Amino acid sequence: MSDHDTLSHSGRRLDELTIEDVLGGRLSSEDFRISAETLRRQAQAALDAGYRQVAENLLRASELTRLSNEDVLNIYDKLRPGRTTYPEMKAIAAYLESDCDAPLTAAFIREAAEVYLRRGIVKMDAK
Amino acid sequence: MKSKRFEVLAKRPVNQETYIKSWPEYGLIAVGSPSDPAPSITIEGGKIIEIDGRHQNDFDLIDCFIAAHAIDLETAGRAMATPSVDIARMLVDINIPRSEIIALISGCTPAKLVEIIQQMNVLEMMMGLAKMRARKSPANQAHVTNRKEHPALLAADAAEAALRGFSEIETTIAVTRYAPLNALAILVGSQTAQGGVLTQCAVEEATNLRLGFKGLTTYSETLSVYGTEKTFVDGDDTPWSKAFLGAAYASRGVKTRTTSGTGAAALMGHSEGKSMLYLEARCLLVTRGAGSQGTQNGSISCIALPGSLPGGFRSVLAENLIASMLGLEVASGNDAVSSHSEMRKSAKLMLQFIPGTDFITSGYGAIPRYDNMFGGGNFDVSEMDDWYVIQRDMQVDGGIVPVQEKEVLKVREKAVLALQAVFQKLQFPPIDDSEVSAAISAYNSQDIPDRDRVADIDAAQELLAGPLSVLDVIKALQESGYHEIAGNILELQRQRVVGDYLQPAAIFDENFKVKSVLTQPNDYQGPGTGYRVEGERWDRLQNLPQAWDPQTFRMEMDGEGAADWFEEQGPAQPGQNREIIIAVDPAFGSGITKSIGNLNLHDVILALKAGVQDEGVPVRIVRVFHTSDCAFIGHAGAQLSGSGIAIGIQSKGTTVIHQRDLAPLENLELFPQAPNLDLDIYRRIGRNAALYAIGKPVVPVSVKIDNTVRLRLIVQTTLLQCRATQMVVPDRPPEELRLRGRI
Repeated sequence: MSDHDTLSHSGRRLDELTIEDVLGGRLSSEDFRISAETLRRQAQAALDAGYRQVAENLLRASELTRLSNEDVLNIYDKLRPGRTTYPEMKAIAAYLESDCDAPLTAAFIREAAEVYLRRGIVKMDAK
Repeated sequence: MKSKRFEVLAKRPVNQETYIKSWPEYGLIAVGSPSDPAPSITIEGGKIIEIDGRHQNDFDLIDCFIAAHAIDLETAGRAMATPSVDIARMLVDINIPRSEIIALISGCTPAKLVEIIQQMNVLEMMMGLAKMRARKSPANQAHVTNRKEHPALLAADAAEAALRGFSEIETTIAVTRYAPLNALAILVGSQTAQGGVLTQCAVEEATNLRLGFKGLTTYSETLSVYGTEKTFVDGDDTPWSKAFLGAAYASRGVKTRTTSGTGAAALMGHSEGKSMLYLEARCLLVTRGAGSQGTQNGSISCIALPGSLPGGFRSVLAENLIASMLGLEVASGNDAVSSHSEMRKSAKLMLQFIPGTDFITSGYGAIPRYDNMFGGGNFDVSEMDDWYVIQRDMQVDGGIVPVQEKEVLKVREKAVLALQAVFQKLQFPPIDDSEVSAAISAYNSQDIPDRDRVADIDAAQELLAGPLSVLDVIKALQESGYHEIAGNILELQRQRVVGDYLQPAAIFDENFKVKSVLTQPNDYQGPGTGYRVEGERWDRLQNLPQAWDPQTFRMEMDGEGAADWFEEQGPAQPGQNREIIIAVDPAFGSGITKSIGNLNLHDVILALKAGVQDEGVPVRIVRVFHTSDCAFIGHAGAQLSGSGIAIGIQSKGTTVIHQRDLAPLENLELFPQAPNLDLDIYRRIGRNAALYAIGKPVVPVSVKIDNTVRLRLIVQTTLLQCRATQMVVPDRPPEELRLRGRI
């Protein structure tokens, strides 16, 4: 993929990511994060080469760039077996869709919620 | 009665292992359990409602995930309708490209994948793997760990591993809280020797992800997937949580692959009576469904379990092949110890080594086994040269290159000094100069001083929890004058922004160019195609430091010239008396002065002569010019000998006792293993020759037998023989020689 139009998550061009600016403290970790747009382009490249599932994963990844590290870790933890009730899972999906512009990931979690419920690995409601 | 032979066999390394008969109820069967389903699929209304005989109402977590994500509906009908034997034949048919098979396989269920494989023997599977491997060029991955979690040693070992050409280096920890420092140490070490080597620290997922966020790691292969629902849940994950995690890593520019392997479900007690390979096929479809770019499979830490079963190693190769058929990058095991037997272990390795995989081992111990914290070390640093030699023997690329000791010491020193500087700048517990020098030359962590572990753990936690990131590491390196290392780590961070290495089978070449299934897909289609070990790469693989130039051996011989202990007397005449002729080759004492056994040829002649004289028989010495062959030299001598008995001897020391009326290739006694001959034996050979001449009974001279002599010295023997042969003068008759000086 050509580098000239690649922007980082924070909107920096690659040629702005220099050692001088690292030394000068003008760059942060955010400047070295991959952007949603770049991940979408990587997804398209994977799809064009016949790797549909890799593409879908990269599209979910593209959505997750909009989440904080802590959100990502929390949601991962809530998807582990027996951690979360069915309504909580639905709520996470709703949050991802409405607050994070992450419809694919939201659909993925809704799908998980149905399967978890049916297979009995949701957390049982306290009441 | 007991057999002594069986007693010895019982003690062989291969018999330290456990072998059992299959027991399908408990999943102790490599492939083909009676409970394995037959392949089938039903699609209704654009949805899979049945897989391998199980209706959607009975789908477990894994079936649900596979049905929803892993199988391409538009291909499923055609794939499932194609006879499995036809697909198996496509796998070995050089006229059918990889891409065509990948497309067809995308419609297969787990049972179908297994049925295809069941049509194939290991040779066909190896052929299939050579074609289906994702990346055109094979590569290899290293383990770098140590018992003390010593950062300086980790950095030095990572530098050495990178220099040896490993494309990925992984570390792990005994104590989780060390993880950030270990990750930092191998990052700095690896980028010292080779920019673009990918690194990871295998720890619990949340910590692992945080290390990725920090920029301290660039890949992760800790994402375990399982073949049954119960094992998945026992592993505290589901296909959805693992897939989410995969997307999470990718969202931060970290490459990931899952890990699975035959035997895991049986070991965890939840095999549901299914065969290991069938369950692994389910794992691999979960991996594909999750959109992972690849997998680490090949039984991995469970290897001894399929190894205990009939067809076990075949099924391990089969799982590598299925993964590659699904388009996944394969890091193909060979990491955990697979056998006590070197022969069995090597045989197992060849299944992946010869076809080549994306990573031939998913962790070659680039450190001594003592320090391998993965509980592994199937191969380790002390076996590096074995690996190099096998690459050279077979002209196969096993993913690493031979190195010179001085280069290794140089990169180890630079890596440790760079890490020392980083620790100083970041105000971590200092690495002192004694640790630096110990780390450079160490064999293992016993060679390096202990550190204050509490202080190191505090620093590690500060790195993980505080504001420090890889940018502070880059800054520290740059300010300390390590511009190249800083530049390499910076470039790794830029590559996280670009994301090309998130694609299947991605590694960096030495110029930070991505080699992946997108940029360098495997295009093997038989002889003359695909990856070939040739050109500069072949030069590097064959250039072992211990390989020497045979011309130097010859030049040393040339420097020796003719010895002064004999002189030529003119053409030799036939003798009339009872005598022994000692016939020597054209180079004896005249171009070659020492035998292959490193005996001075003058001493050898004197010993032979003394032996003959012990029996009161006179001796003449002649040089034969027309041949350098031992039998013909002896035969020529016998024609001149008054008694009809002669000793023929070559410069390398090979000796024969010959008799006039025998055919040239017959003899009275032959001593072919020259390196085993000493002066005492030569003297006894002389004595026996004399006894033949005077017609007394003779007990043949017995010599010690060492079957490795030829192995050790055949090259030197060849060079000596070439020298002697070069000095042959076809028409020149034998010359009488006289010994000078002492008699």
